[in-house]
Amino acid sequence: MPELPWRLEKRAAPSGVMRIASPLIASAAMLVTGFLIFAFLGKNPLDALHMFFIEPLNSSYGVGELLLKATPLALCALGLAVGFSANIWNIGAEGQLTLGAICGGGVALFWSGELGRLALPAILLAGVAGGAAWAAIPAVLRTRFNTSEILVSLMLVYIAQLLLAYLLHGAWRDPEGFNFPQSKAFDDAVILPLLMDGQRANVAFLFMLGLAALSWIFSRRSFAGYRMMVAGQAPDAAAYAGFSQRRNVWLAFLVSGGAAGLAGVCEVVGPIGRLQTDISPGYGFAAIIVAFVGRLHPVGIVLAALLMSLLYLGGESVQLGLQLPAAVTGLFQGLLLFYLLAADLFIGFRLRRAPAAIGRSA
Amino acid sequence: MAAPRLVLTGITKRYPTILANDHVDLRVGVGEIHALMGENGAGKSTLMKIVYGVTRPDSGKIEWDGAEVLIHSPAEARRLGIGMVFQHFALFETLTVAENISLALDERIAPAALVPRIRAVAERYGLPVDPDRLVHSMSVGERQRVEIVRCLLQSPKLLIMDEPTSVLTPQAVLQLFETLRRLAAEGMSILYISHKLEEIRTLCDTATVLRAGRVSGTARPREETNASLARLMVGNELDDAPLEPHQTGEVRLEVDGYSLPARDPFGTALRHIDLRVHAGEIVGIAGVSGNGQRELLAALSGETVGAHEGSISLCGRRVDHLGAAARRDLGLGFVPEERLGRGAVPAMSLAQNALLTGAHAGMVRHGLVQSGASRASARATIEEFKVKCGSELSAAERLSGGNLQKFIVGREIRLAPKVLLVAQPTWGVDVGAAQMIHQALIALRNAGTALLVISEELDELFTICDRIAVLNAGRLSEPQPRASLSVEKIGLLMTGAAASHAHA
Repeated sequence: MPELPWRLEKRAAPSGVMRIASPLIASAAMLVTGFLIFAFLGKNPLDALHMFFIEPLNSSYGVGELLLKATPLALCALGLAVGFSANIWNIGAEGQLTLGAICGGGVALFWSGELGRLALPAILLAGVAGGAAWAAIPAVLRTRFNTSEILVSLMLVYIAQLLLAYLLHGAWRDPEGFNFPQSKAFDDAVILPLLMDGQRANVAFLFMLGLAALSWIFSRRSFAGYRMMVAGQAPDAAAYAGFSQRRNVWLAFLVSGGAAGLAGVCEVVGPIGRLQTDISPGYGFAAIIVAFVGRLHPVGIVLAALLMSLLYLGGESVQLGLQLPAAVTGLFQGLLLFYLLAADLFIGFRLRRAPAAIGRSA
Repeated sequence: MAAPRLVLTGITKRYPTILANDHVDLRVGVGEIHALMGENGAGKSTLMKIVYGVTRPDSGKIEWDGAEVLIHSPAEARRLGIGMVFQHFALFETLTVAENISLALDERIAPAALVPRIRAVAERYGLPVDPDRLVHSMSVGERQRVEIVRCLLQSPKLLIMDEPTSVLTPQAVLQLFETLRRLAAEGMSILYISHKLEEIRTLCDTATVLRAGRVSGTARPREETNASLARLMVGNELDDAPLEPHQTGEVRLEVDGYSLPARDPFGTALRHIDLRVHAGEIVGIAGVSGNGQRELLAALSGETVGAHEGSISLCGRRVDHLGAAARRDLGLGFVPEERLGRGAVPAMSLAQNALLTGAHAGMVRHGLVQSGASRASARATIEEFKVKCGSELSAAERLSGGNLQKFIVGREIRLAPKVLLVAQPTWGVDVGAAQMIHQALIALRNAGTALLVISEELDELFTICDRIAVLNAGRLSEPQPRASLSVEKIGLLMTGAAASHAHA
């Protein structure tokens, strides 16, 4: 076997420094690779990176956009992290987000007048319930029939999107909308209040911070969170202790579905203001990256959501400024996850010089 | 004598956290049966991995038949003539013996071509093995024979046996010794790794004893006593824990005609198990693993709640339909066989691991973890059971096997169970810790708890149990007072000789 001068050696204990450094290293590596790609495309890489990462934040409107896009990402990711810590894989946050938008949007369309002051809370609750109900489908199938929750939750994304399209091409279409597949605009009374004037971020950002705080309490302090951690790290120990995995599955799906549903309804009664076929540029999927970049930790997730949001904004900015394709956003997201997974190796391992073979002189 | 077969000089191997071998010298002559003794963690396995080419030493010298060699890989070790029979066999259950051996050989020989060679070797050394049998139908002893035959096919000059008897019945052990003696008489050298003193004194010509990575002495085992060998291994005198006879109380654990079908083709069905364990007694269950121990424990602990016949009662309440958590609430404690990953979560601290079974001992209030209470409980366990660790915040995986076992046993005892199930209480635990665990279990018995201990170590069961039963092929014999039992009698029960169906 050819000998490499370096080899990986398992660390005696996982490195706490690397756990935090790894996302930073991954971000730096993403920037370097981005630099090379822009240079390769014949753009001035410094200008391009400036346009990608700095320009979007040059105005208070830009900062508002950053918070606006980070909110659904973080809402979805905070919910997903609950299950991920227990090895329960909800991949379908995008679908639950869509159902949240449909249910909340439905209440907004048909009952906002009758509900009066209670309309907005009812809309939000309907969104949460819709997302949770959609997530309950993979939970039932997993706990009853032992299906793969990964596949079921993923497939349900496409069903949810087709359901939304069906409604918007049919019963819920705005009769005065020139046949566009979109609903009537919602009443101003049921639109979420803005954080401040001159930008578009709304109070959903505060909901997100509240959920982050709850999530911190759940994962660090609650016995339910402990049970999920045990199930994720050592399933046999969970069985030994008598912790029910069925209960974990339900909790994980209801929480992540509800959070994704909230993200969805906040989009339609927020910046969008009506139901339309494209309500999310893949927030539910990007949230999976956000959850892992954020180390499944609430604070990490909020920071990672801001970074991911910047990638969306930067992608749009270079699309306009440099005529690059929209795929550039996905490219940077992929680079980030790729480098993170690579850097994570060094949490458990370190690079060491291979010891010189002994006894060679003899 | 000619040049010794194997000489190790000054072998040193350092791992990140531990000095596994510290200037170890070892010398095995031609035709010699040499014991490598030591407690778990003394560095025996590391040393053998070095000889077999699995790891390389940081420094030191290996001489083979008088010439210095570098052994880079197991294949190279086999080319030199070193064969190794591992403690845990790597056999494919769905393949035949010949197919398994064909896969394991360095040269590519079709299974069919191997059949006559296997027969020849098996006959020559008195190792009955049928080359066409499927491995899954074989007992552990038979599987070990397959591994030995595999090694012998390569006509090694040195055979390394890693704790070969831990999985065998007493009768199978005698048979194995016969084979080893015959091999040695033909000039093969045997390196016999074990911590069982009696066996080493019966079988081995010479011994090297390791303690904490260093050679603590060499000996001629036949001229030593168990106590003097143990002193070399442990470094201090040992005394037996006394088991005073005393009055037992009411029935705490009652199993009545319990049958459970096997869950998979390689599992064991439980057949009509009857068992009563009283307050203040320790009942032991002997038997070679794979005879239903796992299934019985899972059924008693509540990890398996499936379709079954018969009943299980805990303190007079029927529990066979209750899950593990509910049975724990009724006063059941359980020390599982696997410590890391089952009895404890590896990456979690000892304090967090105290919470694993301590939710009802004041460590959870209003659904919130009382980390102060779990830390205090872990600290008390560490102190009371002299667990060597950094603190209650050390991760479970950082503890040695013996210390983690002391922690888990202590954790369960501190919950004051009415019935305690213990699987392999001292498996892979050093002698000092084993003694401490035995004393703790006996103290619990004297305090009136009902204990059920499942172990493969007969010595252990004879030390701590009031009554002993044998589990064989999913059937449990009637527990007998230990005074009325002998090792031979238990050995017969273990091979199923007492059962109506004789199976050679």
